[in-house]
Amino acid sequence: MTENILEVRDLHTSFETDAGEVSAVNGVSFTIAPGKTLGIVGESGSGKSVTAYSIMGILAENGHITSGSILYKGEDITKWDQKQMQSFRGEKCSIIFQDPMTSLNPVFTIGNQLEEAILLHTDRNKKEARERAIEMLTLVGINEPESRLKMYPHELSGGLRQRVMIAMALACEPDILIADEPTTALDVTIQAQILELMQDLQKKLGMAIIIVTHDLGVIAEMADEIIVMYGGRVCERGSAEDIFYRPAHEYTKGLLRSIPKADNWGKRLEPIAGSPINLLNLPEGCAFCNRCSSAMKICLHEVPQELRLSDSHLASCWMNVKKAFEEGGADLG
Amino acid sequence: MDEPLLKVEDLKQYFKVKKMQLKAVDGVSFTIRPNETLGLVGESGCGKTTVGRSILRLYEPTGGHVYFKGEEVTDKSIKHLRKDMQMVFQDPYSSLNPRMTVEDIIGEPLDTHHLYKNKKERYEEILHLMSLVGLNAEHATRYAHEFSGGQRQRIGIARALATHPSFIICDEPVSALDVSIQAQVINMFEDLKTSLGISYLFIAHDLLVVQHISDRIAVMYLGKIVEIADTADLYDNPLHPYTRSLLSAIPIPDPEEAKKQERIILEGDVPSPLHMPSGCPFRTRCRYATEQCSAECPSLTDRGDGHLSACWNQ
Repeated sequence: MTENILEVRDLHTSFETDAGEVSAVNGVSFTIAPGKTLGIVGESGSGKSVTAYSIMGILAENGHITSGSILYKGEDITKWDQKQMQSFRGEKCSIIFQDPMTSLNPVFTIGNQLEEAILLHTDRNKKEARERAIEMLTLVGINEPESRLKMYPHELSGGLRQRVMIAMALACEPDILIADEPTTALDVTIQAQILELMQDLQKKLGMAIIIVTHDLGVIAEMADEIIVMYGGRVCERGSAEDIFYRPAHEYTKGLLRSIPKADNWGKRLEPIAGSPINLLNLPEGCAFCNRCSSAMKICLHEVPQELRLSDSHLASCWMNVKKAFEEGGADLG
Repeated sequence: MDEPLLKVEDLKQYFKVKKMQLKAVDGVSFTIRPNETLGLVGESGCGKTTVGRSILRLYEPTGGHVYFKGEEVTDKSIKHLRKDMQMVFQDPYSSLNPRMTVEDIIGEPLDTHHLYKNKKERYEEILHLMSLVGLNAEHATRYAHEFSGGQRQRIGIARALATHPSFIICDEPVSALDVSIQAQVINMFEDLKTSLGISYLFIAHDLLVVQHISDRIAVMYLGKIVEIADTADLYDNPLHPYTRSLLSAIPIPDPEEAKKQERIILEGDVPSPLHMPSGCPFRTRCRYATEQCSAECPSLTDRGDGHLSACWNQ
C-alpha cells in the first residue's frame, strides 16, 4: 500500500461566538494517498469547509483546533509554528476557493499575484518567476499567457479566473490540492472544463486532491473515495461505488433519494424532512436523529460508532449495528 | 389545442451600457399553456432572468408583444394582470423585508389588491396560505431572519400565491437551497400545480432540477432561444449543438454513468453581449460552424412535434 500523504486523526475544531462555543468539526478522521482524490460531501453547516481550512491553518480568528492531529508525511502540522505553516501552505498544500471573483486581489495584475507566490515559495529570481507564471498559465489552458499576465482580475471571466487560481495553487508543485466548492460559482459548460482540467493536471503532476462540495454529481465524477459529513462528523465513508450504490447511513440514503436524476424522473422526489442542523445545540446522540425517519431510542442518546461494512466501506449509523446484531456476529470496527 | 395562457412574441429587451447597446433579450417567442411548466435554461448572462422580468414589466421591453389570457400586457393592463401573474425570486434572504413579520409579508399583496372584507378575513386567508406552503400558524408573528433558507422560500411562495395567480414566474427558486431542502420545495411546486392548476415559467441553471419539474424546456443562448421542445424529447434527442454540449456537461450523480458520459467540452467562454458575433450567436464556440452561420442568424424552425431549433445545419 502507498504511504499516505495526509492523515487527519480525530480532528475537533470550534469557534468562539457571542452565542457560545460552536463545534463545527467533531472528530473527523481520514487519510489520503498521493495521486488520489478524496471527496468531502455535506450540506451547509456540515463542517466540510472548516475541515479543509483546519488543514490549511487558515481558520478565522475566533476558530481553533481543540484536539486531534493532522499528519503530513507523518509529522503533526498542528504543532508547527507560523513560519513552518507558511512554507506548508503553497509549497506542500494549496487551496482553491469557491468564488474566483473574490479570491483574487482586484488591485494587482494576474502576473503580479502569480509571481508573488512563486517568489515567496521558491528561490527563483524575478525573470524565472515570470517564466514559471507563463508556464503555469499555459498548463491550465489559458491562451496568450504573456498578455494575460498584464491583466487585472476584473478583465477575466469567471472560468478564466478559476483557471488562474488553479495555476497559482499549483505553481509551487504542492503534494495536496484542496478544492473548496471549486465550480459552484461557474456555469455547467465551464464547470465541465475546470473539472476536466483538474483531472488532467492530477495525471500530469500526481498531486492528491481533496474536493469539498455539496454537488453529488461533481463528487461522482471526481472522487475515488468519499466521506459524507453531517453536523461536523463523518457519517459514512467508502469508495465512490460504496456511497452511490450501497449507501449505509440514513442521511446518505436520504440525500441520494432527494436529488433529481434519471431514475426518478416523472416521480415525486423524496426529500429529507426538517432543516439542516443548528451547530449551537447539537443533539446528544446522532446528529441526524431528528430528521431521520428510522431513528430509534438509542439514536437520541448515543453517538453511533463507525461500523466496518467492507474493506473500504464504513458507516456510523445505529441501523447497521442493529442489522449486524440481528444477523449475528457484529464486527465493530 | 388549448388556447395559450401566455404568449410571448418577438420580445426584445435592450439596455444602454456605456453608450453601447446591450441586447439582453433579442427576439424571444414562446407560449405557455394552462397548467404547464415551461423550463427556461441557459448560462449566466444569457438573458433568462430578463425574459421573466420583461414579461412582468419590471423592465419596459424595447420591442415585441406579450399576451396573457388573450390580453396584451401593457403599462396600463399590467396593474390588474399582476394579480394573476406573480414571481418567486432566487434569493430568499434579500427578497423578504427584514422589518416585516411573516403575516405582513404574506398580507401585503392582499392589502394592495383589496382582497378581504375585514381584519378577520385577512388573517384567515394568511393562515390558509401559510398552510398551503407548510408553515405553522405560530410562524405568523415572526420575522424573516428567524427562518432557514427553505422556510424563507416557502414564505416567498405563499406571498406569490396570495392573489390566487394562474401563472408564476420562478427565477432560480431552489438554487440557494441545500440539496435536501431543494427536494421539499420542488415537490411543493408540483403539488401546487396539481391542486391549484398554476402554470410556471421555471427559470434555472440546474438542468437536472429543470428536467424534473418541466413539461417543456426552452434553451437560451446570448439573448435568443436556440431550442424548445418537450422535456423528454429535448433530453433524448437534443438538436442544437449548444443544447447537446450543455446536456453532456451535467455532472451525473452516479460514478458508473459519469465514467461512460461523453463530454462535448465547449472551447472558450460566452462572448460578451456587448460584442455579439454576427449571424448565429453560438457560432464562435460551435464545431460545426460554416460561412452561412456567420452571415445570417438562423430562426427557430419546427423540426416536427413542436420541437423547434435554430441552427443552419439541420
